[in-house]
Amino acid sequence: MPRIKSPAELEAFRKAILAKRDDKKPCITLCSGSACHATGSEKVADAILAELESHGLKDQVDIRRTGCHGFCEQGPIVVVYPEGISYLKVKPEDVCEIVSHTFKEKKLVERLLYVDPNTGDKSSHEHDIPFYKNQQRLILGLNTKIDPKSLEDYLAVGGYQAMAKALLQMTPEEVIGEVKGAKLRGRGGAGFPSGTKWEFARNAPGDQKYVVVNCDEGDPGAYMDRSLMEGNPFTVLEGLLIGAYAIGASEGYIYVRQEYPLAVDNLTVAIKKAEEHGFLGKNILGSGFDFTVKVHRGAGAFICGEETSLLQSLEGKPGEPKPRPPFPAVRGLWGKPTNINNVETWANIPVIINKGADYFSSIGTESSKGTKIFSLVGKVNNTGLVEVPMGMPLRDIIFKIGGGVPNGKKFKAVQTGGPSGGCIPEEYLDVKVDFDELMKMGAMMGSGGMIVMDEDTCLVDIARYFLEFLSDESCGKCVPCREGIRQMLKVMTAITQGKGKEGDIELLENMAMATQGAALCALGKTAPNPVLSTLKYFRHEYEAHIKEKRCPALSCKELIAFHIDPAKCKGCGSCLRKCPATAIEGGKKTIHVIDQEKCTKCGTCIEACPAAFHAISKLSGVPVPEPPPQSARAIA
Amino acid sequence: MSEIVLQIDGKEVKAQEGMTIVEAANTVGIHIPTLCHHEKLEPYGACRICTVEAESNGRKTLVAGCLYPVENGMVVQTSTEKLYAIRKVLVEQMMAHAPDAPQLIELAKEYGADKDRFDKDPSFCILCGLCVRYCAEVKKKNAIGYMDRGPRREISFIPEVAAKECWDCKECFPLCPTSALQAAYVLTEALLPAQPEEEGGCSCSASGCCGG
Ligand SMILES: Cc1cc2nc3c(=O)[nH]c(=O)nc-3n(C[C@H](O)[C@H](O)[C@H](O)COP(=O)(O)O)c2cc1C
Ligand code: SF4
Ligand code: SF4
Ligand code: SF4
Ligand code: FES
Ligand code: FES
Repeated sequence: MPRIKSPAELEAFRKAILAKRDDKKPCITLCSGSACHATGSEKVADAILAELESHGLKDQVDIRRTGCHGFCEQGPIVVVYPEGISYLKVKPEDVCEIVSHTFKEKKLVERLLYVDPNTGDKSSHEHDIPFYKNQQRLILGLNTKIDPKSLEDYLAVGGYQAMAKALLQMTPEEVIGEVKGAKLRGRGGAGFPSGTKWEFARNAPGDQKYVVVNCDEGDPGAYMDRSLMEGNPFTVLEGLLIGAYAIGASEGYIYVRQEYPLAVDNLTVAIKKAEEHGFLGKNILGSGFDFTVKVHRGAGAFICGEETSLLQSLEGKPGEPKPRPPFPAVRGLWGKPTNINNVETWANIPVIINKGADYFSSIGTESSKGTKIFSLVGKVNNTGLVEVPMGMPLRDIIFKIGGGVPNGKKFKAVQTGGPSGGCIPEEYLDVKVDFDELMKMGAMMGSGGMIVMDEDTCLVDIARYFLEFLSDESCGKCVPCREGIRQMLKVMTAITQGKGKEGDIELLENMAMATQGAALCALGKTAPNPVLSTLKYFRHEYEAHIKEKRCPALSCKELIAFHIDPAKCKGCGSCLRKCPATAIEGGKKTIHVIDQEKCTKCGTCIEACPAAFHAISKLSGVPVPEPPPQSARAIA
Repeated sequence: MSEIVLQIDGKEVKAQEGMTIVEAANTVGIHIPTLCHHEKLEPYGACRICTVEAESNGRKTLVAGCLYPVENGMVVQTSTEKLYAIRKVLVEQMMAHAPDAPQLIELAKEYGADKDRFDKDPSFCILCGLCVRYCAEVKKKNAIGYMDRGPRREISFIPEVAAKECWDCKECFPLCPTSALQAAYVLTEALLPAQPEEEGGCSCSASGCCGG
């Protein structure tokens, strides 16, 4: 492939690609993101190829394997164009029907369509499915339109137009002005204004400067950066290149955690193709701007996502945070001015340059502009990646897009912001999601994790779980973080085990204050959040655990007991057969009884007891009633 | 280096650019407690006992005095109630490891810390890093390093290096605020292969590692 040496050549090349494409030609799109891959999209792909071949349709239908569409729970996802028909949970066996019905007879395969669990309505197109309908997929939307290994696909949807515009029609100052005007805030956690950060790096003295992509993404359950990097590495590269031009950097690094091999693969292909076409290297598009990029695989430690640790790690040193100042913008990688941004932040840049600051800042709230991708998981019907304009109420995200809480359970809280975020209870569900509103709630945006919890979740135990994660992931350098989290975790563990003491809450608050105030880096400074935010809204649950030795959510194993109601037990024996601990005594037409000594509290029996009888329940904070004497157990 | 004027605990202080808050405070006799700080070593910021409140450009933040550089017009408080409360907790947390360390006992008196507030942990090291940094920065031998992370982090002599270097140096020993370093050394010594005679003799003295 010859190098493309000017914007005119780029446009000619794009036109040539488009000319070869026919919008009306049938195309079958298969999601091959990590989640769909795991649920078998590979086999579906093989089946599609074989089926088209056997029908002699191979030349009449295009196949495109894309990155993540977001609705991973319903994968593998197949979308049939030009109609845009969306089939979910597709298995290789279904392919035969898709090809014969949809391609040959132009009919829908009804059973593969989305069915709303609440209304029973079917949706045939992606844009009709409530999960997608209420989103605004400014960034993620392109994932469904391109094959992440095809530069042609990216150019066909307007790729590299922003780069051409920035390099040839704008000065670096104008680019920074546009990003500032857009009021873009960093998507990696702290929400610092990106344009201001770029300006610091641009104004820092020094000839050699660096730009870095933070694709470490260590939050449990979060995978938006991974999906972007896997599904559309071109956009991230384009954003990075524009940033490099604005800042005056000639080298960039992309720090990807080791656990993301597909992201590394797709990125490597994207870089190679960009180099071949002259979108990287010397004198890009004849602008005189030179830029090269290297991929660095991180070892996959949570703390390596913190920017100063990440830079240490890039230099080959142990990933431990450094005090700031000096800030990376002044003394970063190898002591040179460095600008580091999150994957999603970089991916927003081409949109801002293409559509302008005014367009971008028309989306969102006063303090937070644009859209944000959330990873919606937990006790919610539609889990997956969700992109919405800033300012959408939590309620809409969880109930309209997420479809609410499954199995008729009650919503209890939503945890936002990753391990050091906070939990928001039901009465604040109407809060508009943006950086500042979440902060006011004692939660935070973080990188965009959103975990929905139902009535069965114990918030004290959730806070304990996050502390445990943070304790393991602390680098261990400073006392308030290492010792503070360790001691808080001890107290929290004791509370969930029924060993809490009067004064524990005050002790937790006291330690939280010291850790927040004195820790070196943001991991430590924010580590007390899970405890503080649950104390703020669910203090009564802490008190129940400590004073009454009771877990209100009936979840903490040490504080609950399983009990068979003698009046309800029909002696069917289901529970006895399933109990893995042989803790249940009974017989035909006999009231069953649980031996509390043997019971491991696994909960199998509750599931096993037929719904019609509903004889088994969990108890907490009350003594388990004595079982009826042997002589009284016969059921008449 | 240009001169900077700032305020520490209400006193006007003239300082040089590049100085830390602790250094600037020292020039006017204001004492900020430190544990992991040492003049000869690069600032590190591990114990956080030197935490002070610094206000500049209208923003008040808590920072580590031993490494935060002074700024013109900065207003620093070194002994507010909040800072006392923080230091008290930090001392208590360190005393869970080293209840008898003289410096910690001193600090405990000053901040009203209770050495028994937390369960004791049998590791005596408070991970101030003085030994590790002294060996790396001053002696340039790197005979001690950190292992693992989070609550499992500990210091450890690198046996191969320690066998060659430590037996006639031991300059880090007096820096250690607890007795942990000696204990770690004795432990390492016990694990060391015997030093061949011609290379300076057996490095083990009291522990009898040569097996008699
Ligand atoms: C413990 C910790 C982990 C972090 N992990 C990540 C991460 O995985 N990805 C990320 O982009 N930022 C992460 N951050 C935030 C980064 O330090 C930094 O603020 C961010 O990369 C800046 O980019 P932005 O301005 O685009 O948000 C983390 C911060 C902390 C304190
Ligand atoms: S706050 Fe925690 S993670 Fe950050 S430097 Fe201190 S010990 Fe390390
Ligand atoms: S909770 Fe588990 S171990 Fe206990 S009785 Fe039920 S099935 Fe058996
Ligand atoms: S052994 Fe002593 S000097 Fe070394 S880190 Fe531990 S407490 Fe500090
Ligand atoms: S991986 Fe297919 S929808 Fe996410
Ligand atoms: S003396 Fe400043 S952090 Fe230890």
